[in-house]
Amino acid sequence: MTAIYNNLIGLILGDRQRDRVVPPTGYTASLTTFTSAAMAFLAVFAIALSLAASRLSDHWSESLARSSTLRISAPAPQIQQQLDLAMEILDTTPGIASARVISLEEQRSLLEPWFGPEVPFESLPLPKLIDIEENSSGYDGQSLRLRLIADVPGAVLDDHTRWRRPLVTAAHRLWALGMFSIVLMAATSAAIITLAARAAMSANAQVISVLRLIGAQDNYISAAFVRRFTFRAFNGASLGGAFGAVVVYFFQGQTDQLSILTGLGFQGTEWLWLIIVPPLMGIVAYIATRRSAGLVLRGLS
Amino acid sequence: MSVIEFENASYSYTGGELLSDVSLSVSTGSFYFITGPSGSGKTTFLKMCYGALVPNSGHVHLFDHDLRQMTRDEVAHASRKIGVILLDCQFLDHMSVTENIALPLAVSGEDRLSDNMNLKELLSWVGLIGRADALPPELSGGERQRAALARAVIMSPDIILADEPTGNVDWEMSQRLLQLLIELNKMGKTVLLASHDLSLIRLAKSQVQARVLRIANKRIQLAGANL
Ligand SMILES: Nc1ncnc2c1ncn2[C@@H]1O[C@H](COP(=O)(O)OP(=O)(O)OP(=O)(O)O)[C@@H](O)[C@H]1O
Ligand SMILES: [Mg+2]
Repeated sequence: MTAIYNNLIGLILGDRQRDRVVPPTGYTASLTTFTSAAMAFLAVFAIALSLAASRLSDHWSESLARSSTLRISAPAPQIQQQLDLAMEILDTTPGIASARVISLEEQRSLLEPWFGPEVPFESLPLPKLIDIEENSSGYDGQSLRLRLIADVPGAVLDDHTRWRRPLVTAAHRLWALGMFSIVLMAATSAAIITLAARAAMSANAQVISVLRLIGAQDNYISAAFVRRFTFRAFNGASLGGAFGAVVVYFFQGQTDQLSILTGLGFQGTEWLWLIIVPPLMGIVAYIATRRSAGLVLRGLS
Repeated sequence: MSVIEFENASYSYTGGELLSDVSLSVSTGSFYFITGPSGSGKTTFLKMCYGALVPNSGHVHLFDHDLRQMTRDEVAHASRKIGVILLDCQFLDHMSVTENIALPLAVSGEDRLSDNMNLKELLSWVGLIGRADALPPELSGGERQRAALARAVIMSPDIILADEPTGNVDWEMSQRLLQLLIELNKMGKTVLLASHDLSLIRLAKSQVQARVLRIANKRIQLAGANL
């Protein structure tokens, strides 16, 4: 544990002398920074996509909570009779846990945002709504519809929320896809940074042989490279991540409607997810560079 | 006491055997010349002396440790007590001469000079005080050799290995370099010097108790008085 801690402290504080032994320029520097920036930028979107998908599936699963609505529209004199008949049928339908007539007050509160408070709902020929909760086994929508057609001609069974089940599955898949993309991006970054580190080491073969000649151990030599690549990756990822965050911020839809497009964004504490992107990229670079430095150095003698 | 010991050591690159069955004990404070025709294996022999090459068979002991049983890091650690000067002495070209000379201190984590010698004295000892801030690519061949010598001795090593240190310089500079090596030997350091410059060897023999090893036909032999 203390070894890891010391390594981390050494990595952050570094050693100016040691940093200087590898000449600073070279295309591997810009390659690493650019790759990390690009991957972090994409990772921001992948995270946003995953979060939006999981938000959507949460929302949909909630409304999936086994509820549907029966709507009865009929001329005023018949409506109460049809309502009673419908309740009777619902009470005897297997799979229905409860059925409840939605009161005028509730209807008013549902409609007010759309029509304003001045509308005299009492005098409007509003359809009656029955809220149906199914039990765990669920009911057979098709046969319920057939029974209703015979006795309650004005009834329309609206069970569309049940159809959202495949949508929830799709949202889950989308979330998984986002996560998988993040893993892919990390792996791609690791691959490119490995190549860059190897290129940097062969470009600095003379530096390595001089260090070796004067008694530098492998750790000393590899640390000079590892530290540099880790910081480049971290800085690149900070840059790319920040840019991605700005783009997502302006991309974010201002509507309340939930869809994968308008929901692509971060809400509240979800922004904190972005903080992990640069350190994650740093860790990826650290592991990739350390591994390839170790391999190169061991291959030398 | 011997600092380097060869025990039936043989070495071959991908081709045939280059050095065969070499047994030799280099004792502390001795001064050796290694000579022999070009391609006979002088450089190869020196590389085994500082652990850059490991014999294919037999053993080489550095400070009583078998090279074969040492890890890379142990070899690196042991080589801090061995100052090496190569013909094509390499430096970190982006750092000044002074920084290059001081690099072994930084690498070993010691930030002070031993032997009460400071960097300035070391620079003036090798006559590079005026070139302290130059970059290595700006140095002449002789200046490079002297910078390499300074870098080789800054850790106050027990052994100095020099592979044709006078290869790129004129006679006067050769003599100067030899004087520096002789001084180090008089301070008690073991010196191994590969060279085929016979007049240099003769000059050295007039000043120190130097032995001459001759590599010929894969073997190393102590050469007689007649060179
Ligand atoms: N890395 C290598 N791989 C294969 N063969 C090598 C290698 N290094 C040296 N040799 C061969 O081994 C032989 C001895 O090389 P070495 O450098 O030890 O000779 P030398 O005595 O130092 O010669 P010189 O006086 O020219 O410097 C040469 O024939 C050389 O071609
Ligand atoms: Mg040679």
